[in-house]
Amino acid sequence: MRRVGQIGTALVGLAALGTAAFAQETPPAGSQASVYWDAEAFKASQEALKREHGGGTTLFVLADRFEYQSGEGSPAVLLEGQGWWGTDENRLWIKSEIDYDLDAGAFEEAEVQALWSRPIARYFDLQAGVRHDFEPGPSRTYAVAGFQGLAPYWFEVDGAVFLSEEGDLSARFEAEYEFLLTQRLVLQPRTELNFAAEDVPELETGAGLSTAEVGLRLRYEIDRQFAPYVGVNWKASTGETADYARARGEDAETLSFVAGVRLWF
Amino acid sequence: MLTRRNLLRTATAGGIFAASNALLPAWARSGNAGNKGIFEVSGNAFDLNIGHSAVEIGGRAGHAITINGTLPGPLIRFREGERVTLKVNNTLDEDTSIHWHGLLVPFHMDGVPGVSFPGIKPKSTFTYEFAVPQSGTYWYHSHSGLQEQMGHYGPLIIDPAGKDPVSYDREYVLVLSDWTFEHPHKVFARLKKDAAVYNFQQRTVVDFLKDAREHGFGKTFADRASWGAMRMSPTDISDVTASVYTYLINGHATSDNWTAIFNTGERIRLRIINASAMTIFNFRIPGLPMTVVSADGLNVQPVETDEFQIGVAETYDVIVAPTRARAFALVAESIDRSGQVVATLAPEAGLVATAPLLRERPTLTHRDMGMDHSAMGGMDHSGMAGMDHSSMGHDSMPGMDHTAMSEMASTASGSPAKVLKTGVGIDNVAVAPVFRLNEPGLGLENVPHRALTYTQLRSLAPNPDTRPPERELEIHLTGNMERYMWSFDGVKLSAVEGPIIFHEGERLRVTLVNDTMMTHPIHLHGMFFDLVVDESAFKPRKHTVIVKPAEKLSFDVTADHVGDWAFHCHLLFHMHAGMMQVVSVMPRDPGAATSAGHQGHEGHDMMPADAKEQPDVHGGHN
Repeated sequence: MRRVGQIGTALVGLAALGTAAFAQETPPAGSQASVYWDAEAFKASQEALKREHGGGTTLFVLADRFEYQSGEGSPAVLLEGQGWWGTDENRLWIKSEIDYDLDAGAFEEAEVQALWSRPIARYFDLQAGVRHDFEPGPSRTYAVAGFQGLAPYWFEVDGAVFLSEEGDLSARFEAEYEFLLTQRLVLQPRTELNFAAEDVPELETGAGLSTAEVGLRLRYEIDRQFAPYVGVNWKASTGETADYARARGEDAETLSFVAGVRLWF
Repeated sequence: MLTRRNLLRTATAGGIFAASNALLPAWARSGNAGNKGIFEVSGNAFDLNIGHSAVEIGGRAGHAITINGTLPGPLIRFREGERVTLKVNNTLDEDTSIHWHGLLVPFHMDGVPGVSFPGIKPKSTFTYEFAVPQSGTYWYHSHSGLQEQMGHYGPLIIDPAGKDPVSYDREYVLVLSDWTFEHPHKVFARLKKDAAVYNFQQRTVVDFLKDAREHGFGKTFADRASWGAMRMSPTDISDVTASVYTYLINGHATSDNWTAIFNTGERIRLRIINASAMTIFNFRIPGLPMTVVSADGLNVQPVETDEFQIGVAETYDVIVAPTRARAFALVAESIDRSGQVVATLAPEAGLVATAPLLRERPTLTHRDMGMDHSAMGGMDHSGMAGMDHSSMGHDSMPGMDHTAMSEMASTASGSPAKVLKTGVGIDNVAVAPVFRLNEPGLGLENVPHRALTYTQLRSLAPNPDTRPPERELEIHLTGNMERYMWSFDGVKLSAVEGPIIFHEGERLRVTLVNDTMMTHPIHLHGMFFDLVVDESAFKPRKHTVIVKPAEKLSFDVTADHVGDWAFHCHLLFHMHAGMMQVVSVMPRDPGAATSAGHQGHEGHDMMPADAKEQPDVHGGHN
């Protein structure tokens, strides 16, 4: 290595003398050190340099709502989470919502989305992929296109349209806000609206706004990554969707008290 | 009376070490406990061993990457102009490197993997060899991965070949740093997932109610709304805070009470080095004025002050002369005031200086966003004194150099040459960036004592190259806090096409425009630059400069060292996120070789290099 260095020194020295023939041999900008060292090793370090300064990947997993719900309906356990893996530019984004009815001993809802996410603006990502609903039956697969990000005034929003294999079109919009009561005590209002373009009797969904949900959760961040919470959640079916619910013998509206934990790593 | 360096030398000389143990300051006495002190190594040949070490930080056990087993690494000391060899043995299972921060070494000895050399492979040895034409206080650190955050740094002093213009009886090195028990990769990943994860000084509903009571509901709501509309936080000052950091002086937390000893009547030289990964500090010694005699290793005309902000990688030498035999607190407070570290300067060991209470955290204003003044009609102007140049709050800025104000017009005011567009990697652009070199830094604008500004710094020796710049280059500091993306001109190093080109011998004016709301210490390897505080020949010469939020500043630089040089934000995680580029000083066109670019190099930091020893980069100085 040392010997290479000396040769390199001599070569650059020659260049400085103004040997026109040698000028062409001058290493390119950004690789001027290559003449001092083993070319392969230096090239590898150049690639590592780029990779290590802005090219890294990150894995993120968030259980936003992992809670026990109890109220007018039957008690349930809800897990709503998401996670991503990737670079600043490209991410595989997984979202999931699982609702387990403790009385019935069955999944009320079980959905998973796999999306490719790409930033398109300062605070927004464009997302596209597939969604599969295992429950409620019959199971369905959807194509998904949506956006997720931070709207002005710090509203976290997530909107998507879904096209099922049967050709049914639906949409969902979610928004969250966080009031910092103290540095660790956070009050989080949240809403979720589901829309359907047409009646889908198999899924007991009517056209228009089908369900609306509003929640208020108060969490304490013991650590930023671990925060137990309590709250209330109000969920309502509307229009024909409400009729379907009533026909099943359920309430069109339910108010639940929730207790759970928000965690991420 | 003790001779200069007496104490330091005594402390590290093995034989006397044990004998005079009781007379030594705490850090020296406990020097062999692993990370408890700074050993000095001097001469011309150095052996440095990079390895894993168990360390004790504030009484808690941690794991560090160290040089010769200590945190910080040994104080490397040699004489100006002498050829030194530094043999670095890497015992790690990963690559490592040492960058000699601020030293004018041949570029292939600069120690940046992928720029100057391939790095030092695991279980291998690499020998650095160079002679540098400079003296002063410097430091060294790893440029590989995030090793610097784990303890891979140390101080370096070059004694002048001739007479030192600074006289002193005693000296101490103060290495300021930040330590976390979390692995730095985890810290960085957390920031990627939630950029405010370490910020426990955010504005809360309680603050809102308090402000509403004071300023009225409407005004407070409008203020919150204007920040919310932009999705910016006025408390976003430090990415990593005392919530996870223990701040250190010479490897010691406050509880260790590191102590420097003095006798009244002595002139004590403190060599202060900010070797942090992410922490900009405010440094002060309550009750004791400091005379700044050197900045970034180079002598400046002595200037007395009471406090200064020191960016990551900057160094300041100050002289203090206590006339009373009492304990003084050496206080390094993080810029966001989430924490501080306190050491003691006392006439004898065993005293503990009273640590001052943490001051109220500063907040950013719309001025830090570089907003167009005319477009701010509906906004809350409270707390925004100094919005524009004409109405700048002179009275509220003690220590501000008013003479520099008139020169603003000729230096860095006015619109930027290029205006970037906001986008994925750029959450803000400073439409109307301002001259801020005459401000002491965030949070120091209204302190009830003097606070140093860059405009107060004057080089002791005339600048070696006083040619007017032939070419101007504007570079923007950019980022997206929410995504934790950082870059120059909106392009991360991972996406950069090619280096920034300087031509050998040319005189350049580089203008930095900070589009972000954060304070960035920007470091250019391989060359000192003259900070354009005015158009005099005594501009302060630096290797690292703090660029304040929405600031536009310029430095003039002579591209006299051919080679590839790293250029980056010295906040480690900003660099890791992509805020780095390469500056290539390309050899002049062989046919056009003249001595035009090498006038005036007789300045104090440029001694003629030996052509035989350094033909590659220093040949041009002969």
